[in-house]
Amino acid sequence: MVREMEGAGLPTVFFSSIPAIPLAFGATRILPGRAIRYVLGDPSLPLDRERHVRRRMVEAALQALGQPCPRPTLLSLPA
Amino acid sequence: MGTLRIVHYLNQFFAGVGGEKHANVAPERRHGAAGPGVPMQKALGEAAEIVATVYCGDDYFNVNGEAAIARIVELIAAEAPAVVVTGPAFASGRYGMACAAVGQAVEERLGIPAVTAMATDNPAVELYRRSLCIIPTGESVATTGEIVERMARIALKRGRGEPLGRPDDEGYLSRGIRQNVIVPQPAAVRVVDLVLRKVRGEPYTTEIPLPDVDPLVPAPPLRDLKTATIALVTSGGVVPRGNPDRIEARRASRWSKFSIAGLDDLSSRDFECIHGGFDNELVAADPDRVLPVDVMRELEREGSIGRLHEYCYATVGAGGPIERARRFGRDISAELLAAGVQAVIMTAT
Repeated sequence: MVREMEGAGLPTVFFSSIPAIPLAFGATRILPGRAIRYVLGDPSLPLDRERHVRRRMVEAALQALGQPCPRPTLLSLPA
Repeated sequence: MGTLRIVHYLNQFFAGVGGEKHANVAPERRHGAAGPGVPMQKALGEAAEIVATVYCGDDYFNVNGEAAIARIVELIAAEAPAVVVTGPAFASGRYGMACAAVGQAVEERLGIPAVTAMATDNPAVELYRRSLCIIPTGESVATTGEIVERMARIALKRGRGEPLGRPDDEGYLSRGIRQNVIVPQPAAVRVVDLVLRKVRGEPYTTEIPLPDVDPLVPAPPLRDLKTATIALVTSGGVVPRGNPDRIEARRASRWSKFSIAGLDDLSSRDFECIHGGFDNELVAADPDRVLPVDVMRELEREGSIGRLHEYCYATVGAGGPIERARRFGRDISAELLAAGVQAVIMTAT
């Protein structure tokens, strides 16, 4: 799906809990999800902290959308 | 020749521990065969014995990565097998990755040959087929009997150190290895023969299959976030409560488009997760964990992005064929472009 969206001209960030798969399939802007059961979040945190974590992840995605990314790349999240 | 020792790797489900609720169990070893290992032992007869079954929860494996692999390899090594069999994983993405990673680790670290089996469109096939002996299966667990027989036959050969024949003859996926063989006809005669077969419409098999090159032309980056309309798309199965588009929990044949206009976050009252390929309780409790409407709305309000697109798109990425995912991607892109969307955040569970 991501390949088709990028190919159609839509820069697309892909949050994947198993980044090795999109890397092998040639998706470009890849960010690691936290876990299969909670891609963007962390149920071990209180809700406001979890939301902060999610916001940081989405901000990293927005940043990646503004960068050229010619090859499959596993980007890193801010610590 | 004595009886060959075999260790079989399974996930928690096939080992009989339990389903998704038990996907977090740590690696364990039990004596003898379990699950698909039972018919496999029948197929092996006296020639080999499944001395132990090592199993691990699919989520545990995925979350713990190298630590899980190291522990599994340790459990396997303790049994000193001549060959290790993993799976069959069929179309399960997580289980396929685990079966392939365990097989590869056993070969690399212990020098013990491994055999695995899974559906040809399991994502692990693309990643591991060049290094591993993978037996292709269908999607259906109903074919287990026939598959474990083939696994048994190839495991015996590998365990005894016998060379494998051609992939098509033996029934495993080509690893792209070329072996020199002596054939009576020179290449010029063979190629003319192939051309003649092709023009006559007869079946023929190329000697040098060309790689399936399919390069991606990446999109240019967003010029200005502050004016951009951004859409959220997921294969994580979050849909409006009641699943109005009736998206299937596995092997989805369609996608759902739903409005998030005026919503500040996705509440579990109005949305649910219908993905059938993982324990989705935590996503159901807070669907923003898959579709981050809450923080996107916040960023929109602060002016960090132009607009959050008023529709989300969702499907289920569990065991569906690649060609179908492509079609979803094409159809959704066409709608997004027509609506003036400029970028996408896609999430997968």
